[in-house]
Amino acid sequence: MAFIELSNISKVYGTTTVVEKVNLEAEKGEFISFLGPSGCGKTTTLRMVAGFEQPNTGSITLDGADITYLPPRQRNIGMVFQSYALFPNMTVGQNIGFGLQTRKLPKEEIKQKVDEMLAMVHLESHIDKYPYQLSGGQQQRIALARALAINPAVLLLDEPLSALDAKIRVELRLEIRRIQQTMGITTIYVTHDQEEAMLLSDRVVVMSQGHVEQIGPPSRIYNYPATEFVAQFVGQLNLLPVSAVDMASATCTVAGHTIRFETSVARELSESPRLAIRPEELQIGFPAAGEEANTLSGEIASVLFLGAIVRLRVLVNGVLITADIFNERNITFPRAGDEIVLNFSKHACWLI
Amino acid sequence: MSNKNQLTTNTKMKRDALEVRPKNSFLSNWIGVTPFFIFTLFFIVLPSVSLVTRAFQDNAGNFTLRNFLDLFSPAILSSYWVSIRISFATALAGGLLGFLMAYAITVGKLPDGVRSGILTFSGVASNFAGVPLAFAFVATMGRTGMVTVLLKNVFHINIYNMGFNLYSFLGLSLTYTFFQFPLMILVITPALDGLKKEWKEAAENLGASQGMYLRKVLLPILMPSILGGMILLFGNSFGAYATAYSLTGGFINLITIMVGSQIKGDVLYNPGLGYALAVGMVIVMLIMMIFYYLLRRRSERWLRK
Ligand SMILES: Nc1ncnc2c1ncn2[C@@H]1O[C@H](COP(=O)(O)OP(=O)(O)OP(=O)(O)O)[C@@H](O)[C@H]1O
Ligand SMILES: [Mg+2]
Repeated sequence: MAFIELSNISKVYGTTTVVEKVNLEAEKGEFISFLGPSGCGKTTTLRMVAGFEQPNTGSITLDGADITYLPPRQRNIGMVFQSYALFPNMTVGQNIGFGLQTRKLPKEEIKQKVDEMLAMVHLESHIDKYPYQLSGGQQQRIALARALAINPAVLLLDEPLSALDAKIRVELRLEIRRIQQTMGITTIYVTHDQEEAMLLSDRVVVMSQGHVEQIGPPSRIYNYPATEFVAQFVGQLNLLPVSAVDMASATCTVAGHTIRFETSVARELSESPRLAIRPEELQIGFPAAGEEANTLSGEIASVLFLGAIVRLRVLVNGVLITADIFNERNITFPRAGDEIVLNFSKHACWLI
Repeated sequence: MSNKNQLTTNTKMKRDALEVRPKNSFLSNWIGVTPFFIFTLFFIVLPSVSLVTRAFQDNAGNFTLRNFLDLFSPAILSSYWVSIRISFATALAGGLLGFLMAYAITVGKLPDGVRSGILTFSGVASNFAGVPLAFAFVATMGRTGMVTVLLKNVFHINIYNMGFNLYSFLGLSLTYTFFQFPLMILVITPALDGLKKEWKEAAENLGASQGMYLRKVLLPILMPSILGGMILLFGNSFGAYATAYSLTGGFINLITIMVGSQIKGDVLYNPGLGYALAVGMVIVMLIMMIFYYLLRRRSERWLRK
């Protein structure tokens, strides 16, 4: 049996269902992310796990015990909020010790644990400061330490980094992962940043409009998106109009070129199927030969320099295709108007 | 080389701009608040100076300490004392009541209209004092007031037989509370609005009971505002005159009524003493402010300075 299990969780506000039949099983020590666009019900789901909301249907079990209607303070689940939510009237030390104080632990023990937690987030020297004296990143570290001080069974984080600037965000997310792994704590992390979700998680739960679209390891989500929504939401994707689809030979026509595609993922095709391919799968160069190679030839419409990658928009018989290539120091940029050939393997593309 | 030159010119221009700017904006920065300073000068500073100097003069205009020595008569000391007590009592009662009501309309889950309704009422009621208020209370809680009669006839409770008297300390306190608690609602509501829902949730999440959240988080955070509200209420009541005068005549000798009778020119006419009484009131308020300042300093170490 899974360590934490959400079965058929639904939440209705008034007449709108904001979370619909969500199922999730997480193992002990697993890092799970909820990823999805704004308003898709990530926070609501997390708050039901924390106990701040109660589901209209379904149940939540933790280590075999039903906690669906248990008040938050009896759950032993740690939570980190987007807005840090440190108590402004308490010092850093008092904030971290608060959860232990509610458990009526002896002073000595509290002090020891506070010191241990502060060392973990590298803020030992700030123990007597008040929250207003700390930067956002420091406050969030303290919030993390406070949530972990009570040795929670599960750690919940609701977009903990989105109020911070880019550099701190990158720093802190690695730290969160490090701490999570050393403590081996089961974690649910809400974010709408896909890079964050992929980098941190053992498994990602992609949500849309209240329901789960796909659950899986990051690479699985990226390479084998289960639905059109996942394919479009995670990463960049070309969706090209196709004609003359022949499933028997796994070929179709895209912008006047015959294309072989991957059929291993058996799935219902939509009414008007399109060919899906990620921009980084397209190579520019001469036509490649071989059974599995596909080729499209066209003209460059624009070139965008993004740093590590260079994004080309290529016009192939009136169809606009995005191709990403790596930057090189002595790169000669292709220019708009250049004739170009795009190559890709049949394993790189699939029909949606 | 040319690039570097351009850079240095740029920084120089920036520096010059910084030096010039404050000079230009000095006038426009201060012009908006000049009415405040003019008002302060004419209606606070000058009257205070005149008040203090006249408190040291006898009727002929000669310097004297007589007025201040007279303050220590039993009658005057007792009227200071009754004013302080009534201000303290109504600040406490009004403050508590106002706080609870403000808590209910901000943190509690009430229908939309209730909050704005109560706030509008508070805006009006906190200014409802003096003769109209006294009349309203006489008409309701007086010996033959509506409520008194209703209680007597319908519920057979005679509050006047039970020791209540509108023209007493208790009655006056009750009347004052009517404008005290709405004022508290007005001053404390913004502070309650500033409470973050996440603080409560974080506390719950960490295992705190409702009581522990109130004691360790909510009250400490609100304490500076509560104290501030109560000192305001104290001053509000301490300086009130017309309500008490029209309600009790001169039956309860509040310090403001004493001042009034000394400078208005009835039998007791002695303006010098009146001014000294007023200076005494200022001193009482100053002492209260010092207490307030000390308490507040203790309770807001954590506030951004
Ligand atoms: N208390 C509430 N009453 C009514 N509707 C609510 C309530 N809380 C949330 N909702 C609605 O539920 C939907 C899901 O909200 P939720 O906060 O879970 O989204 P989210 O995925 O966390 O979005 P975001 O990325 O913007 O934080 C939204 O449409 C929101 O308007
Ligand atoms: Mg959210």
